[in-house]
Amino acid sequence: MNFSTFMSFVSYLKDGISLGAVYAIIALGYTMVYGIAKMLNFAHGDVIMVGAYISLTMMTKTGAPPVVALLVAIVGCTLLGVTIEFVAYRPLRKASSPLAVLITAIGVSYLLQNLALKIFGAGPESIRDEQKIISGSPVVLFNGQLAISRITILIVICIIIIMCALTWFVNRTRRGHAMLAVSEDRDAAQLMGVNVNGTISLTFAIGSALAAVAGVLLFSAYPSLTPYTGSMPGIKAFVAAVFGGIGSIPGAMIGGILLGIIENLAKAYIPSGSQVSDAIVFAVLIFVLLIRPAGLFGKNIQEKV
Amino acid sequence: MKKTNRFFVALTSMAMAAALLAPSSVFAADTFKIGGIGPTTGGAAAYGIAVRNGAEVAVQEINEAGGINGYQIEFRMEDDVHDAEKSVYAYNTLKDWGMQLLLGTVTSDPCIAVASYAVEDNMFLLTPSGSAVDCVAEDNAFRVCFSDPDQGAKSAEYIGTHDIATKVAILYKGDDPYSTGITESFVGEAPNQGLEIVASDAFIGENTDFKVQLQKAKDAGAELVFLPIYYGPASLILQQAKEIDYSPIFFGCDGLDGILGIENFDTSLAEGVMLLTPFTANAEDEATVHFVEAYEAAFNGLIPIQFAADAYDGIYAMKAALESFGATPDMDASELCDQMKTAMTEITVDGLTGSITWEATGEPTKEPKAVIITNGEYEPM
Repeated sequence: MNFSTFMSFVSYLKDGISLGAVYAIIALGYTMVYGIAKMLNFAHGDVIMVGAYISLTMMTKTGAPPVVALLVAIVGCTLLGVTIEFVAYRPLRKASSPLAVLITAIGVSYLLQNLALKIFGAGPESIRDEQKIISGSPVVLFNGQLAISRITILIVICIIIIMCALTWFVNRTRRGHAMLAVSEDRDAAQLMGVNVNGTISLTFAIGSALAAVAGVLLFSAYPSLTPYTGSMPGIKAFVAAVFGGIGSIPGAMIGGILLGIIENLAKAYIPSGSQVSDAIVFAVLIFVLLIRPAGLFGKNIQEKV
Repeated sequence: MKKTNRFFVALTSMAMAAALLAPSSVFAADTFKIGGIGPTTGGAAAYGIAVRNGAEVAVQEINEAGGINGYQIEFRMEDDVHDAEKSVYAYNTLKDWGMQLLLGTVTSDPCIAVASYAVEDNMFLLTPSGSAVDCVAEDNAFRVCFSDPDQGAKSAEYIGTHDIATKVAILYKGDDPYSTGITESFVGEAPNQGLEIVASDAFIGENTDFKVQLQKAKDAGAELVFLPIYYGPASLILQQAKEIDYSPIFFGCDGLDGILGIENFDTSLAEGVMLLTPFTANAEDEATVHFVEAYEAAFNGLIPIQFAADAYDGIYAMKAALESFGATPDMDASELCDQMKTAMTEITVDGLTGSITWEATGEPTKEPKAVIITNGEYEPM
């Protein structure tokens, strides 16, 4: 392997990490909500889209700087997430089948997409350099053989900070312990005096705030925003969460990054791989689940019948 | 009573006879009736309105200059909202009106639907902008624009003859017939133009990450990346090329037309992008300047797009063909159609979109034209 083919490999790897980091940041939201509320929030990807639209609208309509727009998007998405939980999911928590809330989540997803379609239209919107949360020319290394965009660096830093903060929060704070308790056994937690509804609301608030951050980062990295922007990365992130072990915070991050790397290396080294990269990603997922049914970092819990 | 009755009967029958005779003797015989079909409302309205306007400018010019073989033209446009079924209704409405020639339809799917009725009626059909292959499958159908796949060969021809690049990479959408069709014809023509395809890669679905494909093109030393895709993904490709520090020439087809219209788009990313397009309002040749002036004057300063130019050339093509066999308005649609089929292959139209001749298949032959994006505007090359 000569130096330049090695450098292209490094370059593919780096792009895989940058793509995977986007999946990971979305997967964190999925995995938090699943781990604690035990439901798949399929509307998560669309909350991301709403976050991106809020920040863009703030910047174009009021001229707010990107950081202010991000904060507004975080507040907006948090309110949205808590409202969705209160209106659409909470009444169904006692429903006989867990499918009810799953189908509702799909309904919420379509509702958000169609509302965005009505308000913002179907045409793609873009973002200017000065409106991005970080801008500037890419960092170029090895005489131009390796270029890393600033947004990639920022996403990777963000994901590490968020993962550490979440792990600390869940394991070291009272609220976090309440989450673990609800996750372990909801009824027992309630008997021990844990406010289950409040805890689940908090989980949705955190998950949706993360969605806003993910939305702004995603839109800065891939500047094309339509009402359907959130759905594809949402699905990939769900896969990443399952891959890493759904419910596990480090698992979501590792799963997301591995997914991005596998996808990009498949595109790069398998003939006509760019057309079948998704199939390859899913094949790897099936393989991992055959060996470790709970995912890479998932806990294998015995269900009592 | 009997007398009056008889008188009434005579009177009514005379009136009826007059009524029957009137349309043919008073109207039909001294004007050519050209119908147009396209979306003038709805999501694709920009295309239909441009075709209507472009055709009206041509019709007015021709009528003022004395018409076709001394006869005036009547032009009537019907809306189809870019819907195949509504397009067929519009076609029937125009037939009831007495249409002799059809300029349309504007968009591909409705055009294919209408073409199947037009061939049964033996109605001459000239679509200004229906680019799908099947639009002109029948021998009564012709078009002004290039077909989708022809854009591939024409792009290769343009790149080759203008020495824009020799090492070329292609990035296409693998699950879109428009994109794969153009790619196939580009790859077929490339060797004849001395182009070497050093990388060819696809993406599918709603993918938004193209860095691997771009990296491959970069590593292969491609000087030009051919993008036979729509402008949405193309805007991301331009962004990501910048991120991996790769700045080849980007060359696309009509799918890229619209990239400058993306809301909030940083047009500096598209600087230097070339695309194959038959018409640009910024061109400085006499015909274009004249057309743009007339168009702006007639439609409150609206700037014509390529569809308007296609329609304008379409009306002039009909004029040239009708004049070549001395057509008169008393010939019916089928008679005209029979003559038009051969006449179209014998004429040359020096139009806004180039000097055009036609094959019997209905495909136009003309020099491909391209524009380059400069300072956020399409400039002729």
